[in-house]
Amino acid sequence: MAKNKNLELLTNSLNINNPVTVQVLGICSALAVTVQLEPAIVMAISVTFVTALSNLIISLLRNTIPSRIRIIVQLMVVSFLVIVVDQVLKAFMYQLDKQLSVYVGLIITNCIVMGRLEAFALGNKPLPALLDGIGSGAGYGVILIIVAFVRELFGSGKLFGCQVIPDGMYNIGYENCGFMLNPPMALILIGVIIWIQRARNKELQEK
Amino acid sequence: MESLNIFIKSIFIDNMIFAYFLGMCSFLAVSKTVKTSAGLGLAVIFVLLVTVPVNFLLNQYILKPGALSWLGEGFKDVDLSFLTFIMFIAVIAAIVQLVEMIVERFAPALYGQLGIFLPLIAVNCAIMGASLFMQSREIPTLGQATCFGIGSGIGWFIAIVLMAAIREKITYSHIPAPLKGVGIAFITCGIMAVAFMSFMGIKL
Repeated sequence: MAKNKNLELLTNSLNINNPVTVQVLGICSALAVTVQLEPAIVMAISVTFVTALSNLIISLLRNTIPSRIRIIVQLMVVSFLVIVVDQVLKAFMYQLDKQLSVYVGLIITNCIVMGRLEAFALGNKPLPALLDGIGSGAGYGVILIIVAFVRELFGSGKLFGCQVIPDGMYNIGYENCGFMLNPPMALILIGVIIWIQRARNKELQEK
Repeated sequence: MESLNIFIKSIFIDNMIFAYFLGMCSFLAVSKTVKTSAGLGLAVIFVLLVTVPVNFLLNQYILKPGALSWLGEGFKDVDLSFLTFIMFIAVIAAIVQLVEMIVERFAPALYGQLGIFLPLIAVNCAIMGASLFMQSREIPTLGQATCFGIGSGIGWFIAIVLMAAIREKITYSHIPAPLKGVGIAFITCGIMAVAFMSFMGIKL
């Protein structure tokens, strides 16, 4: 039974409790990095890393943090982890770090991280908190990757920077949809994902 | 002239919401009525007006590579830029607290309006984002940094008030059930972003 519950923590956030489409958290950074797949995947991994570890640390500390200053403590833990991520990216993937620019730093203020810390880590044991963090990060990552996939495929005809739409298609008049590369399209795509998800899952619909 | 340029640019062309998606979470959560969203918008302008210049000074005299040279020759090569995130967020959290206390003490009426929103603002991406953009775009003077802060705030204010006005009307229209609420808000926001794209390319 206990095992099932832990599994639920991981899988729920992928669908019926998805942080982006259901809880509407963490959209700030979700959209800007989705023009191509590669930065989106790196971002997804970074966010999962930060949510998982910060959930774990805060959960370990939860009985020692005075509740009046908990926000500051949480911010410090999160920014420490984000600095680690940022330094690692700078050291091993400099180009990508430049591409993600300020959005790595913005993981600190990403509402998913703070939201999960407040809602879950402060009241649960370390292991479930860790799993919840991984689950939320993965739920966020899935949306990010779907949006990036659609935008890169239709916007520039590429995946991971390699051309996938054959030249023949362009010769018979197919054209890339440049609009996909513009910011508004990310918003509309998320809207459409929410639409599809809620059409299949009636309980999620708002009155 | 340069300051004015930055000011106008940060309101319309580099709009926090429509061009960079910063502060989307509170943007979608609060933009249900015009009145509350105007309150939050004002609070954001206020906090940006204070935090961006303070973080500018912090960046200029402590964090930038070589910024510590005012301490003496030996500090010329010190590069503290890896501390950026933690310093900026600490400053923002502290200033938000301070602003809250000052407003409560000297302008109780304003506090009544902004009160509940101020604590939320510490974790609003728009605030942190503005400071990080200020750093990465290398805005050269304090005056320009202030203009950038106010401009970004006003841009955010305009965006959230417009959005709230549209959402107030939208509740009365027929929308497919799965799209109600957040879904249609995203799509509306996308269409508004298209409209804001028309400001692109304007140069003063």
